Amino acid sequence: MFPPLPNPPTQTTAPKFGPADLMRRSASTVTPPAQRQTEVAKLIDISKCIGCKACQVACNEWNELTPPIGDNFGVYQNPSDLLPDQWTLMRFTEWDNPQTGNLEWLIRKDGCMHCEDPGCLKACPAPGAIVQYTNGIVDFISENCIGCGYCVKGCPFNIPRISKTTHKAKKCTLCSDRVAVGQGPACAKACPTQAIVFGTKDDMKKWASGRVDDLKSRGFANAGLYDPAGVGGTHVMYVLPHADQPQLYANLPADPKIDPLVGVWKGKGKVAGLGAMALAVLAGVLHYLKNGPEVATEEDERKAKSLVDGAV
Amino acid sequence: MLSPQIHDSYPVAVDRYSGLTRLNHWINAFFFVALVLSGLAFYSPYTYFLSGLFGGGANARMLHPWFGVIVTISFLFLFFRFVGGNGWKPRDTAWMKNPGAVLSGDEEALPEAGKYNAGQKIVFWSMTMLIIIMIATGLVIWDQYFAAYTSIEVKRAAVLIHSVAATAAIIVLIIHIYAAIWVWGSIGAMTSGRVTGGWAWRHHRKWLRDLVAGRVDGDMPKA
Ligand code: HEM
Ligand code: SF4
Repeated sequence: MFPPLPNPPTQTTAPKFGPADLMRRSASTVTPPAQRQTEVAKLIDISKCIGCKACQVACNEWNELTPPIGDNFGVYQNPSDLLPDQWTLMRFTEWDNPQTGNLEWLIRKDGCMHCEDPGCLKACPAPGAIVQYTNGIVDFISENCIGCGYCVKGCPFNIPRISKTTHKAKKCTLCSDRVAVGQGPACAKACPTQAIVFGTKDDMKKWASGRVDDLKSRGFANAGLYDPAGVGGTHVMYVLPHADQPQLYANLPADPKIDPLVGVWKGKGKVAGLGAMALAVLAGVLHYLKNGPEVATEEDERKAKSLVDGAV
Repeated sequence: MLSPQIHDSYPVAVDRYSGLTRLNHWINAFFFVALVLSGLAFYSPYTYFLSGLFGGGANARMLHPWFGVIVTISFLFLFFRFVGGNGWKPRDTAWMKNPGAVLSGDEEALPEAGKYNAGQKIVFWSMTMLIIIMIATGLVIWDQYFAAYTSIEVKRAAVLIHSVAATAAIIVLIIHIYAAIWVWGSIGAMTSGRVTGGWAWRHHRKWLRDLVAGRVDGDMPKA
């Protein structure tokens, strides 16, 4: 068993990380602190999940989220998608394994992956609306958010949701407020089977490799850890029994990357664009200085007059 | 018979734009500038400060698409007021082939221009195209109302196209404004509605000749 996180102390504790520990800040440059904090990670072991949704409830409870009552669309999944007030969602897939003939019920806890290279943050135009702490947590700072929806376009996992009422982008915070005082995320705390564990990223990888070995010994030859390199690795990782086919798990992308279009949109072209605009203005100024205004002369007026007079 | 647009005084006065056309143009100009400034707020961290003009980023985000709708509608009217004079003619191609004369204001070396010269026609048609591109892509990325209608992949392409088209439109706008400043008398055409005969002779001689021969511009009130 993975050692459970300690219960909170009764005294107030100073946060272990805060604004001084940023390594990225949207639409701004920050100098990261010389010393990076130990990277944290949440490990979601799909083979252990029983689909009880305790994590989903704990998340709503801790973050005071009350999603609207939805519709039953014929499967166990509820609500049907992530929402501005549903930051994690158990996605249920029924899969006929052609090799074994077994019907497998694949349950994946969806939510922000806390990418090492976060596409949301890259896309965000509002200074400080998305930050990344040196421990790897990617957090949305709502007071700086302008509700433009660019993070939705930047994210390779389709995670952020914009509230239609508050016009703020919302997603899993990895319980940055709890982690800051030495706690684990609410979902990990609530999970009855230890399908969700939380700790340093190194420890999570080690723990995962034990889990992967165990799964392999039970016939899941392709079991593996999902820590996709295309986004620099993530601070939410999965142990997948079928790691060779991540798409089985409600379309978990096999090789997620920030879309190249986002790279172009957010690239040096913008600086070039501003440069071109400035150059156009400068060209105008220089042209005016060189040529002076283009003025109709007395002679032009006389010629116009005689043209008009010639006609009457 | 002289066009009623020509007033035979000295200097000769020529009506160039009707009151409604001028109103239409200035509504368009006002909202286009607001559109550009609010759009630039999201364009780059260097221009985010422009959101302050609109009371912060959230307001700029909310207002920008509405400015776009206003501009599109007002441009539509402007389009029909101006399109008659903006057909491309062989003389425009010849005009384009002599950029040296254009830039030095040596219009004697250029074909006589009609109501619009080739440069103005390019501004007109490129703005038309760019506004069509921007309203189309702008609606795709207007998440407040239209998020559900397109996929994220389509929105990524749309926002990129929108920003490229905006860059082009802003440069066209700068050229348009500069031309109006450089060629004295042009701003008066859009404020008082009138230009002098000399201005018309110098810059739009074919237009002046047509008016003298009795033509009446399409956007003038039918008197
Ligand atoms: C014609 C209708 C238009 C609509 C409906 C529209 C809509 C939008 C929307 C929804 C955004 C995303 C930010 C936001 O939510 O406000 C945006 C961004 C932007 N718009 Fe527009 N827009 C229009 C026209 C224009 C025009 C004519 C320009 C400039 C000439 C312009 C310049 C920009 C710029 C520079 C951005 C930022 C793009 C980026 O982040 O790369 N837009 N527009
Ligand atoms: S999963 Fe999406 S929202 Fe989460 S850090 Fe990555 S890009 Fe940002």
